[in-house]
Amino acid sequence: MGVVLDTLNATPLWLIALIKSLVLLVIVLTAFAYAMLFERKILGWMQLRPGPNRVGPWGLLQPAADAGKMLFKEDLTPETADPLIYKLAPFISLFAAMATFAVIPFSESGNGLWAVGDVNAGILFIFALTAIGIYGISLGGWSSGSKYPLIGSVRSTAQMISYELAMTMSVIGVLILAGTTSLAGIVHAQERLWFIVPQIVGFMIYIVTAVAETNRTPFDLVEAESELVAGFHTEYSGLRFGLFFIAEYLNMITVACVATLLFLGGWAAPFGLTFIPGIIWFVLKAALFIFLYIWLRGTFPRLRYDRLMAFGWKVLLPLAVVNLIVTAAVVAVVG
Amino acid sequence: MNSYFAGALALVRGLLTTISFAFKKKPTIQYPSVKKQHAPRFHGLHELRRYGDAKERCIGCELCAIACPANAITVIGAENAPDDRRSPGERFAARYEIDELRCIFCGLCEEACPTDAIVLTPRFEMADYRRGSFVYAKDRLLVPPDAGVGIAPDERPGGIPSDLGAVAEQKSTLDVAQGYGATWRGTILKTERKGLAG
Repeated sequence: MGVVLDTLNATPLWLIALIKSLVLLVIVLTAFAYAMLFERKILGWMQLRPGPNRVGPWGLLQPAADAGKMLFKEDLTPETADPLIYKLAPFISLFAAMATFAVIPFSESGNGLWAVGDVNAGILFIFALTAIGIYGISLGGWSSGSKYPLIGSVRSTAQMISYELAMTMSVIGVLILAGTTSLAGIVHAQERLWFIVPQIVGFMIYIVTAVAETNRTPFDLVEAESELVAGFHTEYSGLRFGLFFIAEYLNMITVACVATLLFLGGWAAPFGLTFIPGIIWFVLKAALFIFLYIWLRGTFPRLRYDRLMAFGWKVLLPLAVVNLIVTAAVVAVVG
Repeated sequence: MNSYFAGALALVRGLLTTISFAFKKKPTIQYPSVKKQHAPRFHGLHELRRYGDAKERCIGCELCAIACPANAITVIGAENAPDDRRSPGERFAARYEIDELRCIFCGLCEEACPTDAIVLTPRFEMADYRRGSFVYAKDRLLVPPDAGVGIAPDERPGGIPSDLGAVAEQKSTLDVAQGYGATWRGTILKTERKGLAG
């Protein structure tokens, strides 16, 4: 044991971070694969279908089959596309989606946080990266040199700007209560009471805006099949389409993790059930949010574009501002 | 404000509907491993039958070819050789071909046949890779000499031949559709009666 610790202490920090990142990458990509299978299963059940069940027992190997299919598809570039940006865009999306996981703390034990990096402005880092992720979508749509992707990417930009505003506003309430922007600090601040209780309005705004942020039904105007073929990724095929797909699901997982950290007490065990490790609670809570998004997708039709924008600017944003002001006033008065 | 509450209530009701459907029994039949029950008179792939003494029933009269609305059947008859009688009558079908891609599976050939030689079996899995392989000649239509007499039109079993695999529990397509449709309509009617008016 002592030898192990000595070697650990002698290992340069960058190597530790690299190993942690690689392990996390594998975990996160597995989580993506099974989030996708989970979604297809749940959607199937809601539509009175069994869902994928041919590859492996209960369809458990379906993600592998899908990955194999993606890898062997032809990677097309339209003649009218801007080749460099067209090829780069999926990687921007994927990079942003993956990089957010670097600062998410999944649990905590005696040795410290279960995270690649404990950034003291973690929540800001996440919002900055998800904002970069939009570049992948808008550049991909623009550089395809085709009309539907262009419309999709314009919509995406407009939608992201309007919803990210309300989302950030809803989160600031939590930051005021916690008095820190560190994700671990926010979780520690919820030891007595989860922020879902005092910040119920902020929580609801966050849930709604997160759906828009991840471009999922009923706010998936960006890839509205009925009008835009497939939106920003219409021209993409094969692996590059797969990268966009991965990025979208990773964003969903990120958003679920952030909701868990900000509102549901992160890895804290509810009802004093501390014998179950924190990581399991974290995964359960995040899975709850992912299930919620799948449920929403299985239930609601897509909103009309102008109504989506009106809802964002005229309902969510004012509500978030009011919530923020009230929270700030209460904190100022009470202490 | 009231309309907002009604709207929110509608959203919740929608969510409850989908989640309740998620736990319902799925009507899916796991096709390649389990097959759907067919109506007893299902019209599938043809079969040329034999008599008990392994003689061919077909006498090469071409009535099936004449009756066929899709012109899918080609029959060329020939005289039976006295020392090698293929059928009990004077003539037999030297060539008998059915283009299953042209066939509309109406069963008129079966009705026209005076000797019950050509019948439709409930077999329906005929997929292949080349168009040419859908022209079934006697080598595939005729019941093998050691395989009995084939399916008599009046003794046709319900469902599909046992050698094609397991059969789904449902009695027939008709029952499944009605049973399922009835519950679904019932749910809608109940909601209408319960709430939407009030």
